[in-house]
Amino acid sequence: MSEFFTQAVLIAAVASGIRLAVPLLLASLGETYGQRSGVLNLGVDGIMLLGAFGGYYTVLKTDNVWLGLAMGIGVGVILGLVSAVISVTLKAEQGISGIGIYLFGLGMSDLLFQKLVGTPLPVGSFPKLDIPGLSDIPILGEMLFRHSIIVYVAFGLVPISMYIINRTTFGMNIRAVGENPEAADSLGVSVVRIRYLTVTIGGMMAGIAGAALAIDLGIFQQNLTNAQGFIAIALVYFGAWRPAGVMAGSLLYGFVNSVVLQFKTLGIIPRSWSDIAAMAPAIITILALVLVARRFRQPAALTKPFTRGT
Amino acid sequence: MKKRHVTWLALVLALMMVLVACGDSTDGTTAGTDAPDETTAPDETTAPDETTAPDDTAPSTDTTAASAEPFRIAIVAPSASNDLAFTQSIVDAVNVIKSEMGNVEVAVTDGTFIVEDAAAAIRGYASEGYDLVIAHGSQYGGSLQEIAPDFPDVSFAWGTAADTFGLDNVYSYEAASDEGGYVMGVMAAALSETGTIGIVGPIEVGDAKLYVDGFEAGAKAQDPGANVNINYTGSFSDVALASEAAQAHAAAGADVMSGTAQMVVGAVGVADEVGALWFGTQANQTSLAPSIVVASQVYHWEVILREIIANLNSGTMGGEIYTINLANGGEVIEFNPGYSLPDEVRQLADAAIAGIIDGSVSTGQ
Repeated sequence: MSEFFTQAVLIAAVASGIRLAVPLLLASLGETYGQRSGVLNLGVDGIMLLGAFGGYYTVLKTDNVWLGLAMGIGVGVILGLVSAVISVTLKAEQGISGIGIYLFGLGMSDLLFQKLVGTPLPVGSFPKLDIPGLSDIPILGEMLFRHSIIVYVAFGLVPISMYIINRTTFGMNIRAVGENPEAADSLGVSVVRIRYLTVTIGGMMAGIAGAALAIDLGIFQQNLTNAQGFIAIALVYFGAWRPAGVMAGSLLYGFVNSVVLQFKTLGIIPRSWSDIAAMAPAIITILALVLVARRFRQPAALTKPFTRGT
Repeated sequence: MKKRHVTWLALVLALMMVLVACGDSTDGTTAGTDAPDETTAPDETTAPDETTAPDDTAPSTDTTAASAEPFRIAIVAPSASNDLAFTQSIVDAVNVIKSEMGNVEVAVTDGTFIVEDAAAAIRGYASEGYDLVIAHGSQYGGSLQEIAPDFPDVSFAWGTAADTFGLDNVYSYEAASDEGGYVMGVMAAALSETGTIGIVGPIEVGDAKLYVDGFEAGAKAQDPGANVNINYTGSFSDVALASEAAQAHAAAGADVMSGTAQMVVGAVGVADEVGALWFGTQANQTSLAPSIVVASQVYHWEVILREIIANLNSGTMGGEIYTINLANGGEVIEFNPGYSLPDEVRQLADAAIAGIIDGSVSTGQ
């Protein structure tokens, strides 16, 4: 156990937890917008996978990570719009239609990868950014301020999302539409327009999350996300539909994962236990979900399609 | 209200069609290789040859007749055909067989990490009358045990495993991956300056466990004081977790790393980034990081496939267990020409290979 409390290992564990949290944070922040407006999009993982492939392939061809990120955004926006058409305009059952998007993303990303790339080839990652001044703080600087740019972007989006959802007219409309769409509609708020926007934002963020994952790993493989999109959806519930809560959940999941990895590496968890230990992040997240999130009420109109006059 | 249901139903159907289309095309390699063969396969085109052949060269009649009807091999495997790991090893081997024998028809269904999908594919190939159906995944054993008795005229090969279920149309095959692992371990301990070596594994079973245990034994044999950290991430597919496991190894001081299964592509990238050396297994992983991959243990399943096919031709449909190892050439240590391995380390490796082949070195398995 004492091996864990060395400076190098502690720093690595925290930095690793932050990296692991980033794709989850991006995807779950996006999903928060949709769910606050009453739309559950279960297709997050599929959008992430296509965003990941799009981002990876673009970097492979152009050697430019920013174009890769832009491709992730583009793929995410398109699939977000498709999700919105399905769940808002066509009023499909949200618990099922998202699974379709997921399976589409899973199959299509692998198909494109096999046809266009084949054997995995490594690509360049996002540049690292040492925040001037802050990165020189002993220990803390190394843990928190020596990451790739996408890490700061993801955490920067938390206060921005808090501001948008809680302090702007757009955010108020999102909440109104998610709580009582009939009332919002009667006050002249277009439920359809708001939900299209939020679901598209969610798709865009999922696309970014996927591209960030693939580009930061520098590789693509079949089912690269390994169901992170579904964990992201769970984290929205965990975070009680609030950006700060979602961030806390993502970090918890990332940290539990990284600590388990460090424990295994150092032999603190015996090898025979490693399969059980691998479940720890899921178990801890579920426990926390049961204990914490129950105290918060979900948006009243979540998963309910809106039809005027019913 | 009704109208909405109709729209919804249409949508589900449309999505399903897209998915089905994807499913088919994912097996595109299958369909792609299948289709042309099927069109050339018809006996009408080959029949004239058969009738003319006997008149020309009497002795070669047998081979011509045998090759007129293609030998049909199907592969069902869990990951992608070009995963630079487990699945690629069998696809490459069958392609070697194809180039050797000539008239071989190969069909591949890859990416069947869902066992039920694999079972459907295995049954499908068997009912299409393939000569040899290869179920390339330990996890397919249960399905194969149910399917094989229904097709007594089809021979099945299952790996990596050492059990034919007592069925006389099932062969099984495995890799003594501990042998290559041991050789890698010897080199790793000799090359490590920090004395700490990191290994990323999936789940502690089968082929992966053998490789990791052999690697550890080799490293300890070379340097009894070597610190070999082993991290089984618990997943064959989680690339991000494998990548972070490699980061954890680096933090613990590892300057040489290795790993097994298809998710290690993430770990190789990290090794490259932190300047650690890498040893690959299952396929040649040099292309993932040309400057740090020292060597890869490569599987050549064609060694045992040749024996299986010879058996089939003489009428034995199964019942035997095969192992590839360093001695029979089924496992080969491929060195990366781009990495300048010190001569003395190369000699240690060669000595370990020779010792394992002549039995003077034990991998501890």
